[in-house]
Amino acid sequence: MSCDVWRQWLDVYVDESSSAEETAAIEDHLRTCPSCTAATLARMQLKRLTRAAAAGRYVPSPEFRLRPELSQLMKKGVQKDREPLWKLPWVQAVAAAVVALLIVLVSISAWMRHSVRDQALAELLDLHVATTASANPVDVASADGHTVKPWFQGKLPFTFNLPEPGSSSFKLLGGKVVYFHHAPGAQLLYELRKHQFSVFIVQESTGSSPQAAGIATSRQKGFSIETWSETGLRYAVISDSNPSDVHDLSALLRTAAHQ
Amino acid sequence: MPLFASLYNFAFWLAQDQAAAEDLVQETYMKALKGFSSFEQGTNFRAWMYRILRNTFMTTQAGLKASAFVSLDGDDGRPPESETAMETAETPESLLLARVEQQQIQQALEQLPVAYREIILLCDMEEMSYHEIGLALGIPIGTVMSRVFRAHRAMRKLLAQRNEGAVHEL
Repeated sequence: MSCDVWRQWLDVYVDESSSAEETAAIEDHLRTCPSCTAATLARMQLKRLTRAAAAGRYVPSPEFRLRPELSQLMKKGVQKDREPLWKLPWVQAVAAAVVALLIVLVSISAWMRHSVRDQALAELLDLHVATTASANPVDVASADGHTVKPWFQGKLPFTFNLPEPGSSSFKLLGGKVVYFHHAPGAQLLYELRKHQFSVFIVQESTGSSPQAAGIATSRQKGFSIETWSETGLRYAVISDSNPSDVHDLSALLRTAAHQ
Repeated sequence: MPLFASLYNFAFWLAQDQAAAEDLVQETYMKALKGFSSFEQGTNFRAWMYRILRNTFMTTQAGLKASAFVSLDGDDGRPPESETAMETAETPESLLLARVEQQQIQQALEQLPVAYREIILLCDMEEMSYHEIGLALGIPIGTVMSRVFRAHRAMRKLLAQRNEGAVHEL
């Protein structure tokens, strides 16, 4: 390759824009060519002089102020041009996915709670029907609460209060131990105008409470049901009588629990 | 403000006028802010800013003259003509540059056509790579190479003429 051709590469070499292969080839030539080496040094010298002469040659005058509209843009422009985070497509997609997931989780949770509650009530209803159909509906037969309540001693890991005898129209028939979700509980049987009422008392910790908290009333298969929680116990009153009777008996039991 | 001083210096070198340089810088920042959404994050911001300034300059009267020069320049990446004969006939560069003063460099730069001046400023003053210069000027890298070569050669020729004149004056 002649020096004419090499000269075309000297600027590229001095400006450090040659590739590794080109640099090696140029340096090989420079080692054997004093003329091109001198030209290279001159280019380096000129580059340095040019930079010294041109850089910072002109500086903005103190009077040079940005136009008002530019200053305003400087404050707002960049932020305005940038899309807000919530407008970015991927953020919207993630947010939509999170919302959808939350809806699904809440729905599943609500459905499961509802399903568990229905199952628990159905189980208690079966116990009530079985009791009323039995020839021996109770294990302790007495109208006296002071007889029935002590009977449960040693049979249940908890105790409860009963309304005083004669304080209402409801007649206590007796009680027995039932197993609800593998845990022992009390079933009390009351009577009012030939209608029988089952009162179930189980521990809240059985995890099978018909309702999470507060008083809840419902009807299943024509039966009236009222449930509530009291001092760690879950109560459920079930009867084929009207809901107001069920509510009255429930109110009596709640009053007794506070005594 | 990023690049303010260097952009102003470059604008003045192009326009050779204080008011025009200030207008160029103002316009550059206005356009950059308005079109910031078109800037691709991660690409060369400096080259992008210089390109805006340079394109703005090209729409001015001085810039239009410069673009007319470029069209006649023929620096389309083809190898430039031989110069060794010219160089050997002139004063050796190293001897010449030893006598060159800063003011002579500045005068030579001012005399250069804008297309040569801007590429020397980007290459030597801003120390941009050829790739970056290509981005700033919107030209292929082959054109950058040939134009840098021609611009430097024109610069050396101007300096040689000035120096020769100075010797004769003595």
